[in-house]
Amino acid sequence: MSETLRLWLIVVGVIALLLTIAPGLIWLERRLLGWWQDRKGPNRVGPFGIFQPLADAIKLIFKEDWIPPFADKPVFILAPAVVVFTAFMSYAIIPLAPGIVVADLNIGVLFFLAMSSLGVYAIVLGGWSSNNKYSLLGAMRGAAQMITYEVFMGISLLGVVMMAGSFNLSEIVLAQQGMWNVVPQFVGFVVFFIAGVAELHRLPFDIPEAESELIAGYHSEYSGMKFGMFFVGEYIGVTMLAGFTTTMFFGGWLGPSFLPGIAWFLLKTFAIIVFIILLRGSLPRPRYDQLMGYGWKILLPLSLINLMVTGYFLLR
Amino acid sequence: MLSILESIWIVFIRLFSKKITVEYPDEQFRLPPRYRGRIVLTRDPDGGERCVGCYLCAVACPVDCIALQATEDENGRRYPEFFRINFSRCIYCGFCEEACPTYAIQLIPDFEMSEYLRSNMVYEKEDLLIDGEGKYHGYNYWRVSGMAIGGKDKGESEREDPPIDIKSLLP
Repeated sequence: MSETLRLWLIVVGVIALLLTIAPGLIWLERRLLGWWQDRKGPNRVGPFGIFQPLADAIKLIFKEDWIPPFADKPVFILAPAVVVFTAFMSYAIIPLAPGIVVADLNIGVLFFLAMSSLGVYAIVLGGWSSNNKYSLLGAMRGAAQMITYEVFMGISLLGVVMMAGSFNLSEIVLAQQGMWNVVPQFVGFVVFFIAGVAELHRLPFDIPEAESELIAGYHSEYSGMKFGMFFVGEYIGVTMLAGFTTTMFFGGWLGPSFLPGIAWFLLKTFAIIVFIILLRGSLPRPRYDQLMGYGWKILLPLSLINLMVTGYFLLR
Repeated sequence: MLSILESIWIVFIRLFSKKITVEYPDEQFRLPPRYRGRIVLTRDPDGGERCVGCYLCAVACPVDCIALQATEDENGRRYPEFFRINFSRCIYCGFCEEACPTYAIQLIPDFEMSEYLRSNMVYEKEDLLIDGEGKYHGYNYWRVSGMAIGGKDKGESEREDPPIDIKSLLP
């Protein structure tokens, strides 16, 4: 098998995996939330209701692709594409197993941070071009939240980078052979995970959407498949955050050898995804100023202290 | 911080709790007998219509979904010539049942009344009239009321004394 063919297979495989995971996650989330709320969730379409997202997708595709006359048309169309694009791009650097990675960048962590920051453009552009006051409020909240949480999301990862001595994700995984980073870098993990959930604007940090106060915020004017793109982008984002957390803190593909590396990676990712869904099911949304307060007053100092302590132990 | 973890845990263990969902079309559930569903017209124990066409239900109806026309048979019994309920308007409030002086109109625990054609939601008297007595057994308006009808004169009802002859001085 030639090197080019191998690379293509990996690229197509990762995209196909993500595109199957996204609708699967929609089903999984609805089922799990149902169970956690003493309901049963969608269980009508197909066995266990697994074709429910398919039915939803067909519905979304056949909906009228309506653009409000007051919207800024090119930007309005661009915004949902940016979500999906950035979510896909950041998956390029995550190693699923030794050698199975789309782009083994030596600045992988930076690339991830850059792509997840680019994701905010989707919210800002979508909210701005909708020309709707709720959307604009959502976009502004989104921008402020992203800027706040971006800061210490990066800082919290630096501990891991210092311990591995590399920005390359494969090397970070290999550096965890003795012990997963979640143990020595527990504070970093907690800060990163909170920041990551906020960065994805997943519940409980869905302040840009906040359907109970901003009627879906930045995407209230979207319908049909453009709305579907925001949805798919969000679920790929969840997968991406879970995969990245696995790689950085839970030893990526490492695990007992009775399962192949990729199975361990997918298993850990799945567990983190379930935990993200559980967060949605259990926690209330904080107020906007509370979110900012947590960010600047607690999490930022915490990540800096974590960085200093890590540095002290490494240089001692 | 601990309370956050606690609430996450509490939600998580709900995964293993019994689900309260009733999967309705596959799984039927018992409605209480006083559930306000489909409206029926009942008959008295002798098999005659209970409705006397007093229009009180039509008056009480807040959405004006009841239409009827009273008439009399050869015995002097009043009964509705037609009785029509438009169920696409009905809000199942039960005011007609409360207004009815003869227990004729009753709401029963049945709600499966979907139709493809809206005109099929209009129920005529033959659709509404049932053969039984509904929720209130053994009541016959004509047997206990003081009205004189064919075959029963004044004073012949249950628990009714014969009328007093006001022209006579005898005790």
